[in-house]
Amino acid sequence: MPREHYLNSEFGIKSWLLTKDHKRIGILYLLSITFFFFIGGFFATLIRIHLLTPEGALVSADNYNKLFTMHGIMMVFFFLVPSVPAVLGNFVLPLMLGAKDVAFPKLNLMSWYILITGGAITLWALVSGGVDTGWTFYTPFSTTFSNTHVITAAMGIFIAGFSSILTGLNFIVTIHRMRAPGLTWFRLPLFVWAIYATSLIQVLATPVIAITMVLVGLERGFHIGIFDPRYGGDPVLFQHMFWFYSHPAVYIMILPGMGVISELISTFSRKPIFGYKFVAFSSLAIAVFGFIVWAHHLFIAGISVYSAMIFSFLSFVVAIPSAIKTFNWAATMYKGSISYRTPMLYAFGFLGLFAIGGLTGLFLATLGLDVHLHDTYFIIAHFHYIMVGGMVMAYLGGIHYWWPKITGRMYPEGWAKLSAMIVFVGFNLTFFPQFILGYLGMPRRYAAYPPEWQVLHVLSTAGASILAIGYLLPMIYLLYSLRFGEIAGDNPWGATSLEWQTTSPPPLHNFDVTPVVTEEVYDYSKEREAAFV
Amino acid sequence: MSSHVDYLYFFLTANLIFFTGLVAVLVVYFAIRYRRAKNPKAEPIHGSMILELTWTIIPLGISLVMFAWGAVVYFHFNRPPANAMEIYGTGKQWMWKFQHIEGAREINQLHVPVNRDVRVVLTSQDVIHDFAVPAFRLKGDVVPGRYVSVWFRATKTGNYRLFCDQYCGTLHSGMVGEVIVMDPAEYQDWVSSRGEGSLGQQGEKIFQQLGCNTCHRNDSLARGPNLAGLYGNPVKLKDGSLIIADEGYIRESIVNPSTKIVAGFDNVMPTFQGQINEDDMIALVYYIKSLHNQQPGGPVKTSPNSTEVPGANPPVKLQ
Amino acid sequence: MSDRTVVIHDAPEHAAHHPMLQHHFDSMEQQKEAASLGMWVFLITEIMFFGGMFAAYLVYRYWYYDAFVWGSTSLNIWWGGTNTLVLICSSLTMALAVHSAQLGMRKMLMFFLLLTLGLGLAFLGIKAIEYTEKFKDHHIPGQADFHLGEIKMADGSTIDVSEPKYNVDQKQAQIFFSLYFAMTGMHAMHMIVGAVLLSTLLYMAWKGKFSATYYTPVENIGLYWHFVDIVWIFLFPLLYLISRVHR
Repeated sequence: MPREHYLNSEFGIKSWLLTKDHKRIGILYLLSITFFFFIGGFFATLIRIHLLTPEGALVSADNYNKLFTMHGIMMVFFFLVPSVPAVLGNFVLPLMLGAKDVAFPKLNLMSWYILITGGAITLWALVSGGVDTGWTFYTPFSTTFSNTHVITAAMGIFIAGFSSILTGLNFIVTIHRMRAPGLTWFRLPLFVWAIYATSLIQVLATPVIAITMVLVGLERGFHIGIFDPRYGGDPVLFQHMFWFYSHPAVYIMILPGMGVISELISTFSRKPIFGYKFVAFSSLAIAVFGFIVWAHHLFIAGISVYSAMIFSFLSFVVAIPSAIKTFNWAATMYKGSISYRTPMLYAFGFLGLFAIGGLTGLFLATLGLDVHLHDTYFIIAHFHYIMVGGMVMAYLGGIHYWWPKITGRMYPEGWAKLSAMIVFVGFNLTFFPQFILGYLGMPRRYAAYPPEWQVLHVLSTAGASILAIGYLLPMIYLLYSLRFGEIAGDNPWGATSLEWQTTSPPPLHNFDVTPVVTEEVYDYSKEREAAFV
Repeated sequence: MSSHVDYLYFFLTANLIFFTGLVAVLVVYFAIRYRRAKNPKAEPIHGSMILELTWTIIPLGISLVMFAWGAVVYFHFNRPPANAMEIYGTGKQWMWKFQHIEGAREINQLHVPVNRDVRVVLTSQDVIHDFAVPAFRLKGDVVPGRYVSVWFRATKTGNYRLFCDQYCGTLHSGMVGEVIVMDPAEYQDWVSSRGEGSLGQQGEKIFQQLGCNTCHRNDSLARGPNLAGLYGNPVKLKDGSLIIADEGYIRESIVNPSTKIVAGFDNVMPTFQGQINEDDMIALVYYIKSLHNQQPGGPVKTSPNSTEVPGANPPVKLQ
Repeated sequence: MSDRTVVIHDAPEHAAHHPMLQHHFDSMEQQKEAASLGMWVFLITEIMFFGGMFAAYLVYRYWYYDAFVWGSTSLNIWWGGTNTLVLICSSLTMALAVHSAQLGMRKMLMFFLLLTLGLGLAFLGIKAIEYTEKFKDHHIPGQADFHLGEIKMADGSTIDVSEPKYNVDQKQAQIFFSLYFAMTGMHAMHMIVGAVLLSTLLYMAWKGKFSATYYTPVENIGLYWHFVDIVWIFLFPLLYLISRVHR
């Protein structure tokens, strides 16, 4: 371990809460979103236990509605959206660029405070009685009929949105203006391209959810009729405005994960990513096309057949770049030198599960099928395959990958491999039955269901309990490693990007000397000391 | 119809299995064949334009097939046949109420004859619901403030589950029911045994109760347009535009008359919003739909048990 | 040290640093460019934010045209027009402030900042007058006694648009005013933030923080101010001009 690094340069609570160091801010985010993840996960546990029996024995119908609402809100806005960008992006991005920090460090700290303020307000809505509108807040139920703390929750989300916007802004400026000398755009690791594309979406889409939440709050508070037909409003207009953000939001949630996967596959195959430029431009293409498919969430809401056809077509187009990336990742492994370290195991899991999640999206883009599958468990399975099977696995892979850089210590490999496998098994058992349930017709957001579907629900709940173990184990062994883990060294993986060319943990200002980049990206030709192969 | 959807489903499932399998097999094979112990030196291959084009164009092609096939099926869902029989329904927290033209009313159950095209015209009393029958691979959102319709043709008798598929509050999961498909003769028996007066008759009662006939009449005392022969035909509005009178227009003219004033008339009709619930509204709209062209003079008449409605099914968008 | 990097000997600590150079930047130029890019990206997010409301307004204007015509006509075009003039002048004074900063002229900078602030506050004052009028006229959406009725026309006549011949649905009129207050209210909030920023700039200028080599905050807050001005340039015609009946 280096003698002086960013963790021991200063001590005390003030040095953390008033830090301007992107590395410490990344850790603050790590702690916060882990907290939010476990709250959202706790609600998911209750939901799955409740659904063990067809009549739903655990909670009342009203409370069930609050459970799935809060599960969705916590997971989407307070875990998935910030996760990779705010935790790994904050920590890794400046290091990867050879910079000393992000462009606006004080703004970075403020973004964190904004997120936890939004989170606190949303949790306040929870403890003071909950919200039961679903994370989608469809009107007129949310504006006129719900008796729960809708405005509080809407406000919490409104505020949290600014954290996302400002982080995106910070990253865009950092990537444009603070790259080390010699680090041209096409020498950037693909993680940076992914973060860049994500930041573009964050900056352009999030303001729309902000104004939508404001309008919902105004309507609920002052009984004006923007979305309620009894006052002259249009409930479907809400859906358009909501999904104009929320569809690009799903790309905010998955693109950074894809960026992580690029790094993992390259490092643990010791090869450049196959089709680098294609993968880079695919990230941008996903960001752009992601903005023009929103109405595929409204195929059965009464939009015109012709506009439905346009959105269906575009939804197929947006899937193509993801397919390109998946094939390129697989091709990267050809004639590579593959290591089975934990991050790579998560990457393997990602490849399979994201493929399923993405391909089931095609079912939903197909108009004739969406009529049957809309608002069923098929949708739930689809997005959990991408978000949990894809994104959370990528996130965990990234945490393990960069853990030595962040802490200077290695995690225990045996336990980590075991957890990865438990997660994989638990995940599939939880969500695969839901595809079947969906095709059979089980609707979403149901607290009770016909008895013939119980077997599938029981399987799903069994899977969820296994999955929970898979998520709890890393908490334990990662904490354990902080004290007892093996010392990592600068570059335990023999990776090529700039963050590995400084100490683990890095010094306060990242680099003792500003690096100048003279090599192409992912160049493994020099023999690198890879201590942990 | 559900078989169309199922074939499409199988095609997509086959595609899913193929590509997931392909990726999985490749990944597993590469992971084993090129594991570090066996292959310590990796070969830095940067890319291949041919491969990129292949795996861009082939997925794009397959996607186009999926898109086209899906669009065709979707069109089919959205174009009810002209002679479909109509049943009206309201979704409300937390039940379904259906009204047959002959007058039968039912809650959470929908009796229909087998092998007949049925079009269900729906609206919501309160929040957005969704009328879903998985066995028919069918659903459609039911939105307050407008009429939507779904149609189907049941080919086998039996009971099929009906769900509400758009979250609508506390008892969303309680808003379930059945579509009961019967032999035509049995259906006829069932529907005529529920005599309460036909839908048209119920509507006519409401028409008189609310005093519509004071202004909507066929003589010189009329202050509103003559409603005979209205449904399905073009209406010229005050601002010069031309619209086709459908259920939605009739309903809107009752709750929000000032939105569309007919040319040659003044904006004097009061609104009936709040004075009539959606169930009664359906009867009233149906009655107005049923008004044939009449001789001039006096209030308009209809034949009481008529199930035939002139111009019954103009091309109605799923709106 | 890895062989990827080339050693660059950093300049001696703090000797050649501009006092305003933040330590994560390598040069004043990099800092300035980063700050500018940051402000531009932020303004683009603001466009998306206001854009949502503009979209809602245009949709409802198409559907509820008559109510929007008369709602618009009931707005006071003189106050609105004066406000437009006030803001345009304030953009001029802001540009002059930036110019003074570029030339290192501290007193002129403070003078123009003060003028801009004053004009901004005048704008807010006029808005307060307008809002009070709306309150007195019962045009606030959600008010129990909301009623779009009598409007005083420019030629002195008074008409009552709640008469049937004007085809004004009160619910639709409420939607007009909701959007009016949401849009102008959001704009006013941005003006207030701008006023606070200008005050901060004034303080910093007074303390001598700016010079010909460092005036980035002035420039970027100037950008923000111009943006808020431009939003009004769109708001004013949309809300006050295009739908109203001019008589």
